[in-house]
Amino acid sequence: MFVLVEMVDTVRIPPWQFERRLNEAIAEELNKKLANKVVYNVGLCICLFDITKLEDAYVFPGDGASHTKVHFRYVVFHPFLDEILIGKIKGCSPEGVHVSLGFFDDILIPPESLQQPAKFDETEQVWVWEYETEEGAHDLYMDTGEEIRFRVVDESFVDTSPTGPSSAEATSSSEELPKKEAPYTLVGSISEPGLGLLSWWTSN
Amino acid sequence: MEVKDANSALLSNYEVYQLLTDLKEQRKESGKNKHSAGQQNLNTITFETLKYISKTPCRNQSPEIVREFLTAMKNHKLTKAEKLQLLNHRPMTAVEIQLMVEESEERLTEEQIEALLHTVTTILPAGPEDEQNKNTSQDVAMDEEDPA
Repeated sequence: MFVLVEMVDTVRIPPWQFERRLNEAIAEELNKKLANKVVYNVGLCICLFDITKLEDAYVFPGDGASHTKVHFRYVVFHPFLDEILIGKIKGCSPEGVHVSLGFFDDILIPPESLQQPAKFDETEQVWVWEYETEEGAHDLYMDTGEEIRFRVVDESFVDTSPTGPSSAEATSSSEELPKKEAPYTLVGSISEPGLGLLSWWTSN
Repeated sequence: MEVKDANSALLSNYEVYQLLTDLKEQRKESGKNKHSAGQQNLNTITFETLKYISKTPCRNQSPEIVREFLTAMKNHKLTKAEKLQLLNHRPMTAVEIQLMVEESEERLTEEQIEALLHTVTTILPAGPEDEQNKNTSQDVAMDEEDPA
């Protein structure tokens, strides 16, 4: 689920923090910059693991702050392909089942990857697995808040860095806010034996 | 900012749990500035991640247990990713093993799967939820004995 990523960056320490130990000031700046943020094509950054190398700190003309090039390792959430994860169902919509891990929310299980046959119950807004046995069909509901085991089948990174000003026509005609896209989304699947709600597979 | 290696090492949930708990202790001791606007993101992510990992079996692990587990796994010829998943999830049924080990029907016989399950459940400690279930079932047993 978690990986270590080696990165290099130049950290700026303002003069009023010069009394602090350099390592602490740098660790705080790095965490301030990266914690809980998604780095494109890398994953969701959690926290600093360690600092591997500190190069010389320079003060440039016109700016009283020191600039230090730092080599460090960061703990990043980046599940590998086909990894099994356990999360909680956040809700269901016609697009599929939305799952959350608490610290990471953008996980979707599309309808084709649910245990088949599945149907969407419009009145309760919930996906249902129509499980057939010899006795008849059982309807297994995927309720919000239930723990669910799923396999990661795909991930997608979207670059959400700001683009230049859009053309005047487009901005003046529509007053609605631009759609917010999640920078990092995972696509899951529960179409195998053992996957799905934990309560479906416990043998008590 | 430059990413030198996006996949330099895999971390087990236990390692991340240790790291975050130590970080929390450190920040509690230094006290003064954890509520500044810049630290809010770090607080949120460490709180949520710690909350998630605390509900998994990784909470009760220790470095010795992990070492013992990996030595025991040497004979089973599993890939690194498979051993990591077994360590993080502590599967208790054959179905779960089949999910985590690729092509398990071809690579492992039924006895090997049983042996694997046995190793996993004996070496790795149970999670906080399983302990809760165990306690409630023990209470039930005691109630049944009382009338006698």
